Amino acid sequence: MYLLIAGGGKVGANFARMLLKDGRHEVTLIEQRHDRFERLEREFEHQVHLGDATEIYVLERAGIARPPDVVAALTGDDEDNLIISQLSQEKYGVPKVIARVNDPRNQAHFDLLGISPTVSATRGLMALIEHEVPEHDLVHLLELRKENLEIVEVQIDEGAPAAGKRVEKLDLPEGSRLISIMRNGRAEIAVGATELLPGDQVLAILQPGKEDELRRVLLKS
Amino acid sequence: MKALIIGCGRVGSNVALQLDREGWDVTAVDEKEEAIGRLGDHWTGGFVLGHGMDTDVLREAGIEDADAVVVATDGDNTNIVIGQVAQQRFDNQCVVVRVLDPARAEFYRQRGLRTVCPTSVAIDVLLDSVRACEVRPAETAST
Repeated sequence: MYLLIAGGGKVGANFARMLLKDGRHEVTLIEQRHDRFERLEREFEHQVHLGDATEIYVLERAGIARPPDVVAALTGDDEDNLIISQLSQEKYGVPKVIARVNDPRNQAHFDLLGISPTVSATRGLMALIEHEVPEHDLVHLLELRKENLEIVEVQIDEGAPAAGKRVEKLDLPEGSRLISIMRNGRAEIAVGATELLPGDQVLAILQPGKEDELRRVLLKS
Repeated sequence: MKALIIGCGRVGSNVALQLDREGWDVTAVDEKEEAIGRLGDHWTGGFVLGHGMDTDVLREAGIEDADAVVVATDGDNTNIVIGQVAQQRFDNQCVVVRVLDPARAEFYRQRGLRTVCPTSVAIDVLLDSVRACEVRPAETAST
């Protein structure tokens, strides 16, 4: 595959490294900062270009008109990533564009402008931290934006309406399903006959927006 | 008539002042507090401190019932994104966006964004000025 990567910071450079190690890909990296570029050039040689990847002539010099199979807009600036993605998709017909979202508050702009898929380290970190800090009763583990589904984790407490009930007896909201139960360090797939016990950690898949209904069934009486 | 000016630098502040003089109800947005100083001591219009990428800031500045939105921060890409948000999320009919790079200005103009490119304007004016010089070849050769 031919991949064009915009942004040679920690994310972009490591992604390029990983792809090249694989040995099956052709990679071009674009970096606009001189100091970074010089360091990257020593490692990646002719595969790195100096320039602002939101400038059309820079993209063209890097080979966007071929076009690449994938463009990854991985700079530390969300506006730049949005513009790189739009130019790639709409001006050059790049079949797959992946954009990095630095500030999760900008996710809505990427959605509005049809840029998908997006990746966000901050959002991912937040989910991991939430998972470790038992502050929230319902933790978002994974968002499948394209599928319009998300995977969440909930802990069944003593006295919760679902405690002591079998999965098939639960009045789960439409568009939701339990995936697995983690009990005493062991996970099992949730089936109709699985009984929920206090202390269980339950993974559920559901459509975004159904969290409150799920909470009512599992957690609050 | 309400106008929202995002980016209150040299360009934005003067657009804000002129529209205000022409009777518009103007609100300026800038992420730097000192930007309000560019509007002078007698500014009676609105000023909202914040970044134009933040939709809460845009709402606070009244984007939902603005008749015109002028986007003139010092970043081309920021302006293009905010312009599209104003157009597509808030359904503003009159959105004018400053883009310094002629190539991006042209691409987004084709996609229906009203971009204004000061660089292209400068190029045209410079070319016209050169063409208007009444210098005959013989004279240039002798100097």
